[in-house]
Amino acid sequence: MRIVVLIKQVPDTTEVRIDRETNTLIREGVPSIVNPFDMYALEEGLRMREAAGEGTVTVMSMGPPQVEVALREALSLGVDDAVLLSDRAFAGSDTWSTSYTLAAGIRRLGEVDVILCGKQAIDGDTAQVGPGVARLLGIPQVAYVKALTLEGATCTAERMMEDGHDVLRVPLPALFTVVKDINEPRLPSLKGKMKAKKAQITVWGAADLDVDPVELGLDGSPTRVMKIFAPELKAGGVVFEGETSETVPRLVEELLPVLRGETQ
Amino acid sequence: MTCSASRAAGPRSTDSGEYRVSSIEVVQDRCVGCGLCVSACLYDAIEMVDGLAVINDNCTLCGACVDACKFDAIVLRQAQHDAVSLDEYRGVWVVAEQRNGELNDVSFELLGKGRELADELETELSAVLLGSSIAGMADELIHRGADRVHVVDDPALLNFLDEPYANVVAELITRHKPEIVLTGATVLGRSLIPRVAVQVKTGLTADCTGLAIEDGGRQLLQTRPAFGGNIMATIICPNHRPQMSTVRHKVMSALDADTSRTGEVVDETIDPGLLTSRVEFVEFVKDLTQTVNIADADVIVSGGRGLGGPENFHLIEELAGAIGGAVGASRAAVDAGWIQYSHQVGQTGKTVQPKLYIACGISGAVQHLAGMQSAKVIVAINKDPDAPIFKVATFGIVGDVFEVLPALTRALKGSAAE
Repeated sequence: MRIVVLIKQVPDTTEVRIDRETNTLIREGVPSIVNPFDMYALEEGLRMREAAGEGTVTVMSMGPPQVEVALREALSLGVDDAVLLSDRAFAGSDTWSTSYTLAAGIRRLGEVDVILCGKQAIDGDTAQVGPGVARLLGIPQVAYVKALTLEGATCTAERMMEDGHDVLRVPLPALFTVVKDINEPRLPSLKGKMKAKKAQITVWGAADLDVDPVELGLDGSPTRVMKIFAPELKAGGVVFEGETSETVPRLVEELLPVLRGETQ
Repeated sequence: MTCSASRAAGPRSTDSGEYRVSSIEVVQDRCVGCGLCVSACLYDAIEMVDGLAVINDNCTLCGACVDACKFDAIVLRQAQHDAVSLDEYRGVWVVAEQRNGELNDVSFELLGKGRELADELETELSAVLLGSSIAGMADELIHRGADRVHVVDDPALLNFLDEPYANVVAELITRHKPEIVLTGATVLGRSLIPRVAVQVKTGLTADCTGLAIEDGGRQLLQTRPAFGGNIMATIICPNHRPQMSTVRHKVMSALDADTSRTGEVVDETIDPGLLTSRVEFVEFVKDLTQTVNIADADVIVSGGRGLGGPENFHLIEELAGAIGGAVGASRAAVDAGWIQYSHQVGQTGKTVQPKLYIACGISGAVQHLAGMQSAKVIVAINKDPDAPIFKVATFGIVGDVFEVLPALTRALKGSAAE
């Protein structure tokens, strides 16, 4: 059984701030991490391999050379091999051309049974690449998966809906995007870390993939970023300090019209 | 195609020659090494080497540095490709969402916004309705602003399955060529519509909080938060149609139902081959622990780390009970196992837009704020006067949640009984 986990290296968004004077992001000292949702996808891939008792887990990412760090983190968890799709030609990809490039990378791997992704990346928050890859590969998809059970050549998936969950029977090969309910990611072992340090990472550029250059990077991207700006700050509110016997009645006075729907 | 190509030119000045592949370059003679581009770069892709800007491989060709450079030292060459014939595409569409015979409110909100966009473009607003035995719902969509409803009513569409739903929406887009397609950023919408966008080969912008038509044109300006709500980006889709966006619940306003409105209902015939699904629907299991879906709630009372433990969550439940609200939680409370994930508000949980949000013992990490800061009225109760939550709060109480919450519950319960 061959499992592929797609991951993305992202800036740790807790740390990203905008400079309100220059309207630019303050990036100094912002660490790069593996997209947190992808950690659940990696864990699920490893658990599926363990449940099947055989097979390989391949981690794949698209990005600049420094994404190698993220791939090594995945390797330290016990992933079998890592592929980095990296080429200047991929630069500026929106979700369409990212899906296109990743789909081409997966095709080059040959036969694949399961593709796992996090439900979305925390920098873009689009949740679009997983379904896009599935469509380009012509395979079924289930997004927002909170439980997966492998039964031979099919998988039972629980899809988290707003008010409960759907149970779906999915023939393989298929792509799943996972939410954090699905498992508890493991920590790397010391042995895993040592192994990851020495592991060879396969790097494929545009020339290694069966792709049309026009569909890559910015040129293959239907969307463009027109402008970037700081969100408006809410006007400072009223803060009550002091004894509860004083503060609570003042708050209640403000809240009653809100609760009665009297405010605009 | 020169007409569409010129429309394609982005908002910034670019080299207007013809290129097959786009590129960016620093003109060394002009670069003074001021570093403006380095701080303008969102991707940390520019560094100074020997007093000159050098653009690294992680550049995304976004052009922020071109705008920032005061010396015209960075040249972005955008390849210009034959675009689809944009003028063939007309009309605004809303993909309506129904499950179990009930339309989701987000569909009405999208029709409200869609009506505004269609009027500005002097075109029609249509809804797309998929399901089984759903014909009766078409009128509801017309009452909420649709001029026309494209209905595909088939037993194969009884439950939401990605493949048939995506095939049908893509087929209808190809058949009727709308210029704008709006979908709710729900689980259904965010699963379905990326598959459709890839299928019809166009751009898709997720979770838009603002939609507007460019001055004097037909281009849709799609504004959305990124980087956990730290920045806002306006996205365009210059050369492909339709322009597709998803919009979260409660971001747009629905029109009141007007039962005197009339419109056209079109029964669409779909090739049965498009209705097949490899994935089989087994069952839907309702979450019984969740009596109110927080994403739909008008009032939410949320608890965080400041509650100290699961045994104190009853304080949140009691206040919520007194004012008819739903119970929410911060990530810290969920990660500690005090309450289920379905209650989590924030970037990795649910995004909520209630009329009233009461945050109790929640400090207000950026990720939490990203999930609730569009609430109309925000109340913060926290003992730390410097907690970031107070920066977004409409009203706040600096105090001990164990004292304030019971007092507030008592006071509001009494008032509600008036």
